[in-house]
Amino acid sequence: MNTRTGRRLVTRAVVGASALSLVLLAGCSAPGADGSASGQDEDREISTELTSEDVELDFYIETGFPIAQELADEFTEQHPNITFNIRSDQFAVLTENASRVMAGDDAPDLIRLPQLVDPARDGLLLDLDPYFDAYGWDAFPESQLQQMRISDDARGSGSLYGMGIGYSVTGVYWNKAIGAQLGITEAPTTIDELEADMATAAAAGQQPIMQFNDIGGIAFPFQALYNQLADPTDIADWTFQQPGATIDNPEATEAMATIQEWADAGYFPADANSLDYTTMMGRFSGGEGLFMFNGDWESANLAESMGDDVGFFLMPGTEAGAAPVAMGAPNSYTIPAKAEHPDEAAFFLNWLHTDETARSIIVNSSGANPGGPTDLEIPEAANPLTEQTLAAGATVGSDGTLVDFVANATAGIYAGSIRPELQSLIDDRTTPEDAVAAIQAAYEDEVGS
Amino acid sequence: MSSSVVAAPVPSLVDGAGAATRRRRPVGRRRWGQLIWVAPALAVYAFFVLRPLITSVQYSLYEWNGIGVATFVGGANYVEVLTDPEQLGIIANAVVLVLFFTVIPVALGLLAAALMHGLPSGSFTTVSRSVLFIPQVIPLVAAGIVWDWVYSTNGIANQLLSAVGLGGITRPWLADFDTALPAVGLIGSWVQLGLCTLLLLTGIAKIDPSLYEAARLDGASRLQVFRHVTLPGLRREIGVCVTVTMIAALASFDIVYITTQGGPGNQTMVPGVEIYRLAFSEREVGQASAMAVVLMVLVLVAILPVQRLTQRSDQ
Repeated sequence: MNTRTGRRLVTRAVVGASALSLVLLAGCSAPGADGSASGQDEDREISTELTSEDVELDFYIETGFPIAQELADEFTEQHPNITFNIRSDQFAVLTENASRVMAGDDAPDLIRLPQLVDPARDGLLLDLDPYFDAYGWDAFPESQLQQMRISDDARGSGSLYGMGIGYSVTGVYWNKAIGAQLGITEAPTTIDELEADMATAAAAGQQPIMQFNDIGGIAFPFQALYNQLADPTDIADWTFQQPGATIDNPEATEAMATIQEWADAGYFPADANSLDYTTMMGRFSGGEGLFMFNGDWESANLAESMGDDVGFFLMPGTEAGAAPVAMGAPNSYTIPAKAEHPDEAAFFLNWLHTDETARSIIVNSSGANPGGPTDLEIPEAANPLTEQTLAAGATVGSDGTLVDFVANATAGIYAGSIRPELQSLIDDRTTPEDAVAAIQAAYEDEVGS
Repeated sequence: MSSSVVAAPVPSLVDGAGAATRRRRPVGRRRWGQLIWVAPALAVYAFFVLRPLITSVQYSLYEWNGIGVATFVGGANYVEVLTDPEQLGIIANAVVLVLFFTVIPVALGLLAAALMHGLPSGSFTTVSRSVLFIPQVIPLVAAGIVWDWVYSTNGIANQLLSAVGLGGITRPWLADFDTALPAVGLIGSWVQLGLCTLLLLTGIAKIDPSLYEAARLDGASRLQVFRHVTLPGLRREIGVCVTVTMIAALASFDIVYITTQGGPGNQTMVPGVEIYRLAFSEREVGQASAMAVVLMVLVLVAILPVQRLTQRSDQ
């Protein structure tokens, strides 16, 4: 075969393809919506009366969390004219598809959505403020709803775009059986005590902390420390993308430095950087690790697998008796702007915050605080560990501060910056100063664009 | 995804000679009539390959989150991809993977094929061929999960090392900054070795036996036979192996996504995973598209010279 012919053909193909693309490009308009993505009718009258007609509500939820299904079954039991069509996907698939699903003509009536900011600004979410007023949701703790308020330039204020099915709080689980062997019988009340317990465990050949970090799970202990050192308002400002907010500050640097010290002392598993969440749970419940930084959603699982050998406490402060600062977030569900039955979906959301059976389902299925009016009693938990996580959530609600996960600050910050920085930090590949600077740079890059 | 796109120029090169002879014939209406016969295939190709390719190029010129209003930014996304040290590091990782996906499997494949060629066909060769080819049959996701266990702290890799007295170098291979990329690369070597061996073995079988006979009569050693008979005879097969494995290396996604997600740090981040992360996690559709276009160009730049070297006619 003749090489020159071959080359000429390639050249022709390239020229032809470029010309074709140019023609097509010229014919195409810019991708994306022209702002009419919103299907919201500004003048729509809302109703808080449940229809008597037969209605089927479409839900789009996360696989592995049957709570929405359990609530739906109970709702149909109480209101037989409302039935549910529930579709579920893995978390990653759900979050990646959510915007496209909501922008489509067949938008669901209720969707599990962890990241509300971009969809809200794209006009994909229903503004829930009219329901807030009509149902009197001002009787609910505002601190629980705040994370789902979004305005044009920040999160944490503005219109309400979601409600939680359970409001989770995080803290530290500890293995009481290992504790007993080491002479540790009480949960630590200061960071110093926590560190002393870890040193005791390490000296006795026990793994002090079991923590996954394949996708950046050391963000849990990092923020647990950061919360105690910094002014929670500054942390909230950062997660809410308030102008001028920064994580490149002495407190975050100190928290990073402590994490690095813990890593150098062998407090984290040697394979933390490849340890995944499921393996971490398996190892901790199998008796490996004195502490694990995690959330109340695991309380029912751990109670089942470890019985009385496991306890939960909120991250202690630098001094005993300090007001607790914990990270937590609502398991947020939202109504798309294009939902066919928004009134019924909103009725369902109000119902699950106020109905006794529904609240009991939430408590025992998710281990989380059910939210709702502050004067309603929290239903009884089925096991002592869930009682502890619920009590911790209540303590934070009454005496402390709840801040959102720093990993939730922007859509890409966790995978794009926090994960690699924390992985580098515990392997001494970066310094605490460089780590916070890099995270801040990535944050500004994303918020600015 | 990109393999189907980038593979396209290959057949056109091979067919070039035929096209050149046809062009000398008088052309008429018949040539347009012939289009009808390729139209169905062309339509499918245009819709599923050309259209996404063109929209990717279009998206790469915009700043867009996939849903909202897009802003035209010209070449800014390309400047970012080609100047940001982090993004360049990601491309460099893909180039390192070429060593593991291409160089090692082709070299070992040649060795295995040359050794197996001399053997009489029997159960031993059949078994070896099957064992070497099995990785090709296993889905990459499953392979990734299994290798994840192999490399873990208590995995087989470390157990074997401890058993032979090398307990001192055991480590969680995928969690270690220095070993993560080679560890991921070796999975690629394992996957590609079977394909290369099988292709090369078939190639050897096509070499005229009289050449071997003549070489042996002239007193050539095994090494000389390999160098002067086997290697030249396998040029085209080697070309195919190198092309296919290089595309697999540069466009790798599955193995990295399953085993490390690009970590620790960004040690194993490759363009495929980065494109996915940019598009679906950061919702930077424009930048993801720019990265994809750069990746496609990179693949073309890498495989075109290989094609020219190995598909050259035997003059």
